[in-house]
Amino acid sequence: MSFSQKMKDFFSKRTTVQKGGGDKALEKQVAMGKLTARDRIMTLLDKDSFHEYDLFVEHKCQDFDMGKKSLAADGVITGTGKISGHPVCIFAQDFTVAGGSLGLMHAKKITKIMDHAMKLGIPLIGINDSGGARIQEGVNSLAGYGEIFYRNTLASGVIPQISVILGPCAGGAVYSPALTDFVFVVDNISKMFITGPEVIKTVLGEEISMEDLGGAKVHTTITGNAHFFAKSEIECFDQIKKLVTFIPWNNRKKADNFPPKLPRASFEIEKIIPADPSQPYDIRNVIKSLSDDSDFFEIQEHWAANIVIGFARMNGITIGVVGNQPLVLAGVLDVDSSDKAARFIRFCDAFNIPLLTLVDLPGYLPGVDQEHAGVIRHGAKLLYAYSEASVPKVTVILRKAYGGGYIAMCSRHLGADFVFAWPTAEIAVMGPEGAANIIFRAEIAGAADPNAMRKQKVAEYTEKFANPYIAAANGHVDAVIAPKETREYVIHAIEISEHKSDPRPRKKHGIPPF
Amino acid sequence: MEDTPDFRKLVIDDTAYQTLHTTKFSKRKAYAPPDPNKILAFIPGIILKIHVTAGQRVKWGDSLLILEAMKMKNDLTTPRDGVIKTIHVQPGQMVTKHQLLVEFE
Repeated sequence: MSFSQKMKDFFSKRTTVQKGGGDKALEKQVAMGKLTARDRIMTLLDKDSFHEYDLFVEHKCQDFDMGKKSLAADGVITGTGKISGHPVCIFAQDFTVAGGSLGLMHAKKITKIMDHAMKLGIPLIGINDSGGARIQEGVNSLAGYGEIFYRNTLASGVIPQISVILGPCAGGAVYSPALTDFVFVVDNISKMFITGPEVIKTVLGEEISMEDLGGAKVHTTITGNAHFFAKSEIECFDQIKKLVTFIPWNNRKKADNFPPKLPRASFEIEKIIPADPSQPYDIRNVIKSLSDDSDFFEIQEHWAANIVIGFARMNGITIGVVGNQPLVLAGVLDVDSSDKAARFIRFCDAFNIPLLTLVDLPGYLPGVDQEHAGVIRHGAKLLYAYSEASVPKVTVILRKAYGGGYIAMCSRHLGADFVFAWPTAEIAVMGPEGAANIIFRAEIAGAADPNAMRKQKVAEYTEKFANPYIAAANGHVDAVIAPKETREYVIHAIEISEHKSDPRPRKKHGIPPF
Repeated sequence: MEDTPDFRKLVIDDTAYQTLHTTKFSKRKAYAPPDPNKILAFIPGIILKIHVTAGQRVKWGDSLLILEAMKMKNDLTTPRDGVIKTIHVQPGQMVTKHQLLVEFE
C-alpha cells in the first residue's frame, strides 16, 4: 500500500469513528436538544486545544452477538485540552454509541484519562450521558464502574474533579459524580437517580416522571447532589469556564492571582443591614461589597439557601466565602446548611483557598424533624471542617453570633486566624429575649407588670451583653472594625497569612462525622 | 429586596425573626407520637397474605401478615397481645412506607 493510500485509509477510518453512532444517531441526539459529545468538548475547551486519545479502542465482548458489533471509540471520547489556558483532562460519554453504555474498555478509557490527570496534576472533567452499564458485558461493566469510583476517591483532594451531567446518569453511574467536587446539571437534560421511575413503579406502585425524580431542579433545590443549575448546555459550559478560574490545578498549587479590582459598586453596608437583628437582608450584597469587581461566584445557590457559599477574589486572591443568609430561615444552621458549608470548607482547605466567614445567625434550627434527621451529626460536620482546615481563616461577625452558632461559624476557638467584629455584633450565649426570660425568670414572674419587667430586663441584657466588646475584652475577637474598614482588614489578614503554617498531628486520616 | 418578598416569622430563643421560609421548612409535618395500636409498614411493598381477621385475639409473636418487599417475604408479627380491630389492607395490595396496615383495639 502506498503512503498516500495509507493516509487516505487513516483519514477515512478516523472520520468514521469520530462520527460516533453515525449521522442518524447524531441527528437524533441534536433533536433531543442536546449537543453531541464531540461538540460538547469543542464548546467547552479552548479552540484547537483538544487532543484525543484512544479513538481506536474497541470492546472485547463476544457474548450476545456482541463480537459482530463495532462500537465507535467504545462510546466515550477522552483527551486533554485547555479551558481559558488551564490544562484539563476530559472525557465525554457518547450517547449515540450504544446509548453511551459503559463496558470494560469504555471504563478503561476513562480510568486511563483519570490516571493521566493525577500524574499531570490537572483537573478532571467528566461529561456523563449514558444509559448505564452495558448489560452484555455483565460483571466486567460493574468492574469498570468500581475502577472509576476508586480513582475518584484517590483523586479527591489531589486534583479538582468536575462532573457534568448531560443526559441520563442512573444506577451505580451516579456515584462517580457524587464522589467528585462539583456537579453541573442542565434543565430538562440531566437525570440522576439510583433507581429509575420504572423500578419505583414496579416495586412501590408510585408513578413519577424522570424529571420529578431526578431532574436538574430536583438535584439543585431538594437533594443538594448538584452544585450548578443551567438552562442550557452553553450556559453550563460558561459556568465551568468561570469555575476553573477560581481553582488551582492541584493541591500543591494555589489558584491563579488576578489583577486586583475594587468592588464595582461602593455599597453602603450601613444601609444594607438593618440595625434590628431580627430584620433580614441579603448577605450576598455584603459579599459583593467586599469582593473584587463585586463578583461572587455562588455555589449551590438554590439548596440550603440559609447559608451562602462560593468563590470571590479580594485584591486578586481567590477566597472561599461562607456566610449565614439572614434572608432565608434567619440564616440558621440546620442539617442541609451544615452539610453544604462543611463540604465546601473541605474543598477550599484541600486546594489552598483561604476562607472568609461572615457571621450573622441566631443559632441552630429547632424542630423534631431536624433532631430526628440527625442535626447533631450533620452540624458536627461544620465544626469538624472548620477545625480541620489549615488554610488562612478569617471571620467577620456582622450582627448576631449566638450560642453554638457562634462557635460553629469559624470562631477563634475552632482556629480562626483573625476574628473581626462590627460594632453591631452581638456575641452572646443567646439572643437578649431568650436570655432575659431565663436569667430573670423569677423577677419577671414576680413583677406587678411582667411584660414591663421583661422589656426592662431584655433592654438591660441587650445593653450589657449584646455587643462585641466582651468577646473583644477576652481576646476572642481580634479587632472591632467599622464595616467600611472590612475589605482592607480582610485583604491584609489574607495577604499576611500567605505562608501560614499550621501543622497538624500526624495521622492516616481523620474520621469526620459523615 | 425592592420587590418586597413574602417575609414570615421564625422564632428562635423567643426572638421572632423576619425571614423567608424554604419549601422544605414549609412542608414540615407536625410530629405525631407513635400509636402502639397501629401497625405500620416499615418498608414499601406488596401484601402477600393476611393471617388474622378483625376481632381475632392474638398473642405476642403471632404472624399478622406477609409483606413482600425487595424480593423478601417479611413476616410481620404482633408486638403485643391484643385484639385486632381493623385490617386496613388486602392481599395483593401495594403499600407505601409507614402506611397503616393493622389496628388493635
